[in-house]
Amino acid sequence: MARAISPRRKAFFTLIGWTIGLAIFFPILWTFLTSFKTEGEAIASPPSLLFFDWTTENYSEVQSRSDYFKHAMNSVVISFGSTILGLLIAIPSAWAMAFSPTKRTKDILMWMLSTKMLPPVGVLVPIYLIFRDWNLLDTRLGLTIVMTLINLPIIVWMLYTYFKEIPGDILEAARMDGASLAKEIVYVLAPMAVPGIASTMLLNIILAWNEAFWTLNLSAAKAAPLTAFIASYSSPEGLFWAKLSAASTLAIAPILVLGWFSQRQLVRGLTFGAVK
Amino acid sequence: MATLHTRSSARLMMAPAVIMLLVWMAVPLAMTLYFSFLRYNLLTPGLEEWVGFFNYKYFLTDPAFGDALVNTLLLVGGVLLITVIGGTMLALLLDQPFFGQGIVRLMVIAPFFVMPTVSALVWKNMFMHPVYGLFAYVWKLFGLEPVDWLASLPLFSITMMVAWQWLPFATLILLTALQSLDEEQKEAAEMDGAGFFSKFVYIVLPHLARAITVVILIETIFLLSVFAEILVTTSGGPGTQSTNITYLVYTQALLQFDVGGASAGGIIAVILANIVAFFLIRLIGKNLEA
Repeated sequence: MARAISPRRKAFFTLIGWTIGLAIFFPILWTFLTSFKTEGEAIASPPSLLFFDWTTENYSEVQSRSDYFKHAMNSVVISFGSTILGLLIAIPSAWAMAFSPTKRTKDILMWMLSTKMLPPVGVLVPIYLIFRDWNLLDTRLGLTIVMTLINLPIIVWMLYTYFKEIPGDILEAARMDGASLAKEIVYVLAPMAVPGIASTMLLNIILAWNEAFWTLNLSAAKAAPLTAFIASYSSPEGLFWAKLSAASTLAIAPILVLGWFSQRQLVRGLTFGAVK
Repeated sequence: MATLHTRSSARLMMAPAVIMLLVWMAVPLAMTLYFSFLRYNLLTPGLEEWVGFFNYKYFLTDPAFGDALVNTLLLVGGVLLITVIGGTMLALLLDQPFFGQGIVRLMVIAPFFVMPTVSALVWKNMFMHPVYGLFAYVWKLFGLEPVDWLASLPLFSITMMVAWQWLPFATLILLTALQSLDEEQKEAAEMDGAGFFSKFVYIVLPHLARAITVVILIETIFLLSVFAEILVTTSGGPGTQSTNITYLVYTQALLQFDVGGASAGGIIAVILANIVAFFLIRLIGKNLEA
């Protein structure tokens, strides 16, 4: 039963809600707007919100001067690569834990979670030295491996919470009806497992895209993804805010859209199923 | 009905994930522990020698360590305070029906998807720049002297940036928890004449307690390792004013090439994180049985 809400109350919350929402969103909006200004207008005082000569030259400049596209590709390869690799390793494992749990399943899950809590500086030195000796520093392969490993616990956990919701009885029923294993997988399991796998994939791509400890420490010019590429704007010469904004907009826009689609899964994934 | 056969195949299915994580965790951690007892500098290769607890003594008595520990606690505590209180209020707000609620919700959670280096550079330049930043403009508008945020209030400024990134996380989780609150319970309380505050204190807050605990613990894990925001804004300075433990270990390792000292610092960071992790694991483990 919906409660009646007085129009005045609704108007009040609309005003407050939009004011606060816009305030929180403002830095992103401002970055987006600044990316279409000239460098002069970007630092103009008083600043202009909408009434300036819109230009897209920053975007072409970012590409031509610093090869933005190469770094974007690095981000794509590392985040998608590590996610797919992670799923390949995690799906069988989460599947086994959800459908044939043993006494130790819970301990294994807890232990996996605890590896996520290891602060990265605890293993920075050895990983750096191993990477140096194995020529993995500043390579996409090296970063993909690290990204797979740091997110593996989250992937296993998320998949586990999704798989657990698939009723085991249904498999039994399918088997009774004479379904072969292949049919069982294609017609019964896959349709129920795919949504969970897709959500896990989405969240993991977001996390890998934005990861900034290992990418900053293990990459340089060659394999740097966007996180590390943007960091190079911290010590530039001359006017650069409009270009910084253009590069930033390109770096966050795709992931922001993905993130908006995955709000619900985000809660579940990031709290390891503790809040649904 | 797990037969012997399915059980062994289950073990086989789990093996890759377990082995990879075990190797990823155990091998480097063991190496860090080993290095932490060596005098080992990358600039003087071949001179490694066993020095016992010297690195720990060096690291723990270094005044920079004390500063970094205090800064770490201030940063974590400050961000937690802002995000938990702000997140609770935002969740309550977003739980009210109003026009364009869905859009406002998207705007509120957006900062979480901004990569740390972008967030830090946008705040550093376009907002906190002492001459051209928007804050400087607003300050001048009110006839105030603009503040050089990152030079005079470095830790506070970084706390603000990080809090902006984590506020959506707290909001989203608390909102999810809030929406699972039984509507009838609230209505019953209203009929009994409960006002907003007594409703909040006696019904909403106890319901949120668990979610708040989860937010605090998970944020703490991530906030102990704040790194990119410091690297691209202040580089830990001025002096050690915005150096946290993670950043201190990084400078020791990759700027001073002191593998032994950095490893001792890393082990100390692991111990600190473990204290938090202990409680988090217990909390989540409890949930797993339910």
